[in-house]
Amino acid sequence: MPTKPATDNLVEIDNVSFGYDKRLVLKGASLDIRRGQVVAIMGLSGCGKTTLLRLIGGSLRPNRGEVRVGGRVVSRLNHEELYALRRRMGMLFQFGALFTDMSCYENVAFQMREHTDMPQELIDDLVLMKLQAVGLRGAHALMPSELSGGMARRVALARTTALDPMLIMYDEPLTGLDPVSMGVIGQLIRRLNDSLGATSIIVTHDVAEALELVDYVFFMSEGVIIAQGTPDELRASDEPFVHQFVYGETDGHLPFHYPAEDYATDLRAAEARGTP
Amino acid sequence: MIDFFERLGGRALGSVHRLGFACRFLILTLRNSGMCLRRFSLVTREIYSAGVLSLIIILVSGLFVGMVLGLQGYDTLERYGSSSALGVLVALSLVRELGPVVSGLLFASRAGSAITAEVGLMKATEQLAAMEMMAVDPIARVIAPRFWAGVISMPLLAAMFSGMGVFGGYLVGVRLIGVDEGSFWSQMQAAVDFREDILNGVIKSLVFGIAVTWIAVFEGYDAPPTAEGVSGATTRTVVTSSLSILALDFMLTAFMFRGV
Repeated sequence: MPTKPATDNLVEIDNVSFGYDKRLVLKGASLDIRRGQVVAIMGLSGCGKTTLLRLIGGSLRPNRGEVRVGGRVVSRLNHEELYALRRRMGMLFQFGALFTDMSCYENVAFQMREHTDMPQELIDDLVLMKLQAVGLRGAHALMPSELSGGMARRVALARTTALDPMLIMYDEPLTGLDPVSMGVIGQLIRRLNDSLGATSIIVTHDVAEALELVDYVFFMSEGVIIAQGTPDELRASDEPFVHQFVYGETDGHLPFHYPAEDYATDLRAAEARGTP
Repeated sequence: MIDFFERLGGRALGSVHRLGFACRFLILTLRNSGMCLRRFSLVTREIYSAGVLSLIIILVSGLFVGMVLGLQGYDTLERYGSSSALGVLVALSLVRELGPVVSGLLFASRAGSAITAEVGLMKATEQLAAMEMMAVDPIARVIAPRFWAGVISMPLLAAMFSGMGVFGGYLVGVRLIGVDEGSFWSQMQAAVDFREDILNGVIKSLVFGIAVTWIAVFEGYDAPPTAEGVSGATTRTVVTSSLSILALDFMLTAFMFRGV
């Protein structure tokens, strides 16, 4: 496992626990994300991956532990400081979350208009450059309802990178896309990260695509990080969970069946109750 | 039995909790109104959606309500030989009551439901969360402009409803039935007081505008992010704001015209 010097980390998650009501989603998760890398966080649905992104973005506060971005503890920032931090972050939501009452152009220009005093000519140039980078300059006048799923996510990607963020978070960016769009989005994530000199965190369960794309992977299960490494290390891993996940086996360390009473006992009980 | 009381208590507590949350939401909206009042184009856009697009239903309803008032009013006044007071009856009914109340109810079902559905869907499709992650406060950028647009639109719509209603009463009373045009207008002019009638009507419509838009934006913002959640919130907006309008109307009328 590669060692990571502390000063080189952009995001540090230190023994973080978090729960919705009484149900704990994160149970002491710890991980460090190095500057400049594209990192994937993988795990089954409901294991706390998206919650982790929301903690990094400051939408949620941990019950215990610390989330640090650029050395600052996110949960201790006041409203202004948090918003100042968010201006340097970008987040791509699962289905793009484009503003449906604005054209593609207005969506990408949104943050420039809200946060800067740039003249209109400069905004025009920047928006077209951002859309050109995702191959959709020609679609700038379209409304989100006129775009396919893959195109909407590319416009959302352009919007996410509008102000050249230092940290870009992706929540399931590849889910529900056809193989071609998946490849395009994957390449764009890598290219944008490298050209902007940013750091990217991808939450996903598209293993094959993600392993091609990222520098480092964290595996989460039941609220903790249970394995981590480079894609090559994980492909070669013989840990049961990692092996099952990487190769998509239906049964193994993670059972196919939800916990239940003995099958025969259940059937007999149903028969006795007279229910089918 | 205990179960019943427990459920009843639970529901009562839930309602009080929600009301408290709605009040805090209103305070937050007012506090975050600076941006949209400085960038007034944000409000203008919403005035178009909430106000201008409601014009057809308001004007047509106003015309018909006025025409019915003309017919019914004439029928009653004629029995007492005072059909020349038709203009007064039509104008006072509209300006004091029907204008603010009926246009408030129409506004709740036309614009209020649209606001709730729009804000609820923005929440369900993570647009509000995305905005927050872009360091833009959704209450300042999405909620406050809609709130102020509703508050500004409602008195204007009520005034247009009343104006159209008076015109409808004139069409039926003067043009169709043949009431004397001079007495129709002059009695109306003499009897309708600016402060007692018109201003109180405007105050009513302003209060209804605040109530309807507050309920609409709150229900949208608080809607569970699912299809059922948004549809339930839209229904609640129409029901709650209609009932609120009628209850508020009674209270305001009691204060304004009875000297309580």
